[in-house]
Amino acid sequence: MISNYPDGKPAMPLPSLALLMCRPSHYTVAYEINPWMKVTRQVHQPVAARQWQALYDLLTRSLRVPVRLLRPVKGLPDLVFTANAGLLVGKAFIRTNFRHPERQGEEVIFERYFRRRGYRVVTLPRQFNFEGEGDALWVGDTLFLGFRFRTDATVHEHLSKILHRRILPLELVDKRFYHLDTCFCPLDATSVLWYPGAFDRYGWKAIETHVPDPVPVSTADALRFCCNALVIDRAVILHGGVSKPLRKELERRGFDLYELDLSEFLKAGGSAKCLVLRMTR
Amino acid sequence: MVSEIVEVSGHIIDSLILPKILDEIIDLDGNFEILEIAIGKRKTDPSTTRLRVSATSEQKLQVILKRLARLGATPLTLREVELVRTRQDGVFPSQFYSTTNLPTFVRYQERWRPVQNIEMDCGIVIDPHTSRASCVPMVHVKKGDHVVCGTAGVRVTPLERSRNKDVFQFMGSAVSSEKPKALLIEGVAKAMGSTRRAGQKILVVGGPAIVHTGGGPYLERLIEAKYVDVLFGGNGLATHDIESALYGTSLGTSLDRKAAARDAHEHHMRAINTIRACGGIRQAVRQGVLTKGIMHACVRHRIPFVLAGSIRDDGPLPDVITDVMTAQDEMRHHLKGVGLALMIASTLHAIATGNLLRATVKTICVDINPAVVTKLADRGTFQGIGIVSDAASFLRELCHDLKLPRR
Repeated sequence: MISNYPDGKPAMPLPSLALLMCRPSHYTVAYEINPWMKVTRQVHQPVAARQWQALYDLLTRSLRVPVRLLRPVKGLPDLVFTANAGLLVGKAFIRTNFRHPERQGEEVIFERYFRRRGYRVVTLPRQFNFEGEGDALWVGDTLFLGFRFRTDATVHEHLSKILHRRILPLELVDKRFYHLDTCFCPLDATSVLWYPGAFDRYGWKAIETHVPDPVPVSTADALRFCCNALVIDRAVILHGGVSKPLRKELERRGFDLYELDLSEFLKAGGSAKCLVLRMTR
Repeated sequence: MVSEIVEVSGHIIDSLILPKILDEIIDLDGNFEILEIAIGKRKTDPSTTRLRVSATSEQKLQVILKRLARLGATPLTLREVELVRTRQDGVFPSQFYSTTNLPTFVRYQERWRPVQNIEMDCGIVIDPHTSRASCVPMVHVKKGDHVVCGTAGVRVTPLERSRNKDVFQFMGSAVSSEKPKALLIEGVAKAMGSTRRAGQKILVVGGPAIVHTGGGPYLERLIEAKYVDVLFGGNGLATHDIESALYGTSLGTSLDRKAAARDAHEHHMRAINTIRACGGIRQAVRQGVLTKGIMHACVRHRIPFVLAGSIRDDGPLPDVITDVMTAQDEMRHHLKGVGLALMIASTLHAIATGNLLRATVKTICVDINPAVVTKLADRGTFQGIGIVSDAASFLRELCHDLKLPRR
């Protein structure tokens, strides 16, 4: 059994939290695998590098979180979105099986990285598509799993056998919110930010039943990727331009907002959360 | 109404996946029946349910299944096979899939793969390197083999009834002595002709009653006319055939004078002794000791034969394989390419062969005792037809229908 919480109690974030990031040296829009990507709307490299650096500095200097770096690889532009590497549970790394062949080259890079650092690498049978933290998010000790566009529903049964946790699969219904982490963001063990438009009525009911404090966001906020926020304890880091009502909701719950300009990464359908993978120190 | 059984498991209750599946089926104009549902006791336990999904047309059903597949409910047949590695030579994992003799396919790495050399009551082993699936008898499974377990991902194709009006339309009907034998035998003759034309082999499984009833010369004629490609039998068939060739008696009874010959009860033992002295049947033919009979015809026409031993055998003849497992393997080896099996007056050898045959092999069982034919069908060889007849009469009629010249 793999447990995220050795003492059995949910704790978020883990006291031994570390993050994995990858510099956007080779980041570009080389193909179109989600509605945000347009090869005609190219990335401005120096700007992207500056925006990434600002996030890195915020994490390491202001918030003092240790950040590990993955060496960028030419020809794998999306390696910068490390959240899709897999799902880390304690010292086990459940590796992603990317749906799109364009990203499948990243699998071996992530696998090698974690194997070298002494993690137990768990690979799922090839017929299951599973895109790691992009589609699998913990709320307390329940894992919410987004499926349809990238991850297959069938994988949840397989994961539940590995994790021995409750796993709630939620069907995503809006192509623009192709990963669960684009429309669902756990803030702590009881509350999440979520965009109801990305789910159907069964998803709404499941979320409302199993999350004590769901905070819905407007379409405008969702399209600015505010659900792709990175939450470190009480700090919420997201792309700038958050609406006033949402800011209020978050502040009322005692969260500190850090707004950054991550517009270059929105061009590939990612924001703060996609750029970071949670791992244990 | 067409239907398919699908299974879905996981945390399908809390996530409302199950109600969603049921609603979707109704929305898409289908119907469902919950066949089985097992709900997890604790919140971390998965639940499993099995549904029969039905729709008014195949097209509608496919639309529903496609949608359900996205929700994680897959038809049982579209699941990948479950493979378990064996821990011991000659022992399958406890949940192994036990085969039938029907054409079988297994789903492995998203493709349907035919199971090679299918026969009933065996297991299926998949070679992960070549992805080939083959049917393996229990005794031949090796430690570490990947054996198919459970029924998920296994598809068995039922035999289609022949569209042509041939004798095999009688397939599956009860055996009866009241059937018009002449018509049945004519059908057998036609089937033998078409099997030969199709380039398939004809197997004859015979018991000693062929010789006792005086059917030996007719079987010889079939062999000479190339209507037999392989012969299975036991010590009895060969012994009495050789006895009749050497002494003109079968179990001491004269075959042409309708009377027990004097001191003839020991003829069969003397026959065995003679062949043992020669070193075997083939050697006896070569040395000119054995000059006629069924076994002689087999040797002369290079027809392979397998003689399997049994516990009550006298002798036995040197050609008899006394290790039954070795005999089974030898029989298996000769069954490749067989399209028609003719089983005459033999209970044990007929059932033994029936166990090794694919369901696609046309099987004709001839016996004076209707129970033998029924027994064969009850043990799973349901593809055959039964003819209740005395062996010699059947063979005489068959030779006549095949227009084989009298010698």
